[in-house]
Amino acid sequence: MDSTILSTTGFNAFFSDNHVLKNIAINIPKNRIVAMMGPSGCGKTTFLRCINRMHELTPNAHSSGEMRLEGQDVYAMNSMMLRRRIGMVFQRPNPFPNMSISENVFAGYLLNGIKLPKPERHEIVETSLRKAALWDEVKDSLNKKGTFLSGGQQQRLCIARAIAMKPEMILLDEPTSALDPISTSKVEELVVELKANYTIVIVTHNMQQAARVSDMSAFFYLGELIEYDNTDQIFTNPKDRRTQNYITGRFG
Amino acid sequence: MDKSLQWRILKDKLFVVFLFLFVVLTAVPLFLILYYIVSNGIAAINWDFLTQLPKPVGEVGGGVINAIVGTLILIVTATLIATPLGVLAGVYLSEYPKTKLARTAGLFVEILQGIPSIVIGIVAYVWLVEPIGNFSALSGSAALAIMMLPVIVRTTEETLKLIPNTLKEAALAMGTSHSRTIFRVIIPNSLSGIVTGISLALARIAGETAPLLFTAFGNPFINVNLLQPTHSLPLLIFNYATSPYEDWHRQGWGASLVLIVIILCFSVSSKIFIKRWTVQS
Repeated sequence: MDSTILSTTGFNAFFSDNHVLKNIAINIPKNRIVAMMGPSGCGKTTFLRCINRMHELTPNAHSSGEMRLEGQDVYAMNSMMLRRRIGMVFQRPNPFPNMSISENVFAGYLLNGIKLPKPERHEIVETSLRKAALWDEVKDSLNKKGTFLSGGQQQRLCIARAIAMKPEMILLDEPTSALDPISTSKVEELVVELKANYTIVIVTHNMQQAARVSDMSAFFYLGELIEYDNTDQIFTNPKDRRTQNYITGRFG
Repeated sequence: MDKSLQWRILKDKLFVVFLFLFVVLTAVPLFLILYYIVSNGIAAINWDFLTQLPKPVGEVGGGVINAIVGTLILIVTATLIATPLGVLAGVYLSEYPKTKLARTAGLFVEILQGIPSIVIGIVAYVWLVEPIGNFSALSGSAALAIMMLPVIVRTTEETLKLIPNTLKEAALAMGTSHSRTIFRVIIPNSLSGIVTGISLALARIAGETAPLLFTAFGNPFINVNLLQPTHSLPLLIFNYATSPYEDWHRQGWGASLVLIVIILCFSVSSKIFIKRWTVQS
């Protein structure tokens, strides 16, 4: 039996009066990759942004219901401390343009005012870049600006930046939708490798991607969690008609 | 080729000629002004002019060092006052654009931009010169700083609004506080725009005479005390130009040239700064 890292019961999210997530109950197991699929506007990205409480930063956005990280109530925690425990990678790579590659990796510490001695800093930068499979490509240009890298490299830099904070979970919001196929496959390989140390939640439009990388898949439709099961099960024998229709490409 | 097409090509060429003419029409007066100042002013400029105090009326020679030092002090102090106020106000306007305070402040900034500089001078007189008890560089700088504010506030606001939201989210998603996100991510990434705003504001006030008439007042000697009256180049030019003395007219042209060179130095150094700090995204 897998141990659960994150669980929600009766979770709802709103933009003003617009009810975008309805009564979501989901258990996310530790050290697994969970894919969130569904057509545009189904609420999957909103759910992801509720996990690290980025949702509430949007004006008039709010949520209700229970969400627990390792048993602790997420919405009773300090949001800044929570976000340090949960890394996030966005749709488009967004390295800080004013920072070098190594500063970008170390950004979480720089921005939070955490000072570390130089050797420790180097160690964090190197191991994070190695884990993000970027070290060999950038080790000679650590002082160059992060924005000189290609899109795929930038996205891996953003993953390294998230890893550097030693998070418990990493949230990926369609991390490959702005990348070419080669960069996409590199990022996918990386995600699978990261599973050993982190729990990963990945939002994706791409069903093949979900099938390739994830252990568990969740299908969202019109703000509801329709089906959540092992990925093999979802793709070979979905229980709900709507899941089947989506997977077979009848809508979406 | 058919006729209508030929006519269209011709029209296109005429249009370019038209644009060219208007560029010349705008550039010629600017060039003439510069030429006039340089040709009249260059004769007045020598080592003494740049290092000596003015001679008493009737004696030929002497310099404008008191006005040069005074102008530099006024400009630098005004910039030091206006920059933190203007930048932080601009940050507020771009971060909380929908609040009542932001809308009101935005309106006031626009009104402030339209207030004649002489009125700002009078206000500075009432607020600072009277309570302090004498004319001072500080009150002059304050008047100039008020004139700089609208430009700095607006350019900061507009630059900050151009910073992509994803960058802000990247910082917030790492548990960075809002204030640190502003100071460590948003402001550093908009530094070039902010500096452009400051240098625009600076160029605007460097030549102002009106707000200095009853604030900085003038001083025949070099003064570095902010609480004492201070001379400045625009004031000196005004006094010399309206005097009946031939030598003062000549020196007035020289002072104009010096003032233009000072403004040029500030804009060039800010351009260099911007080039070094512009962030590609």
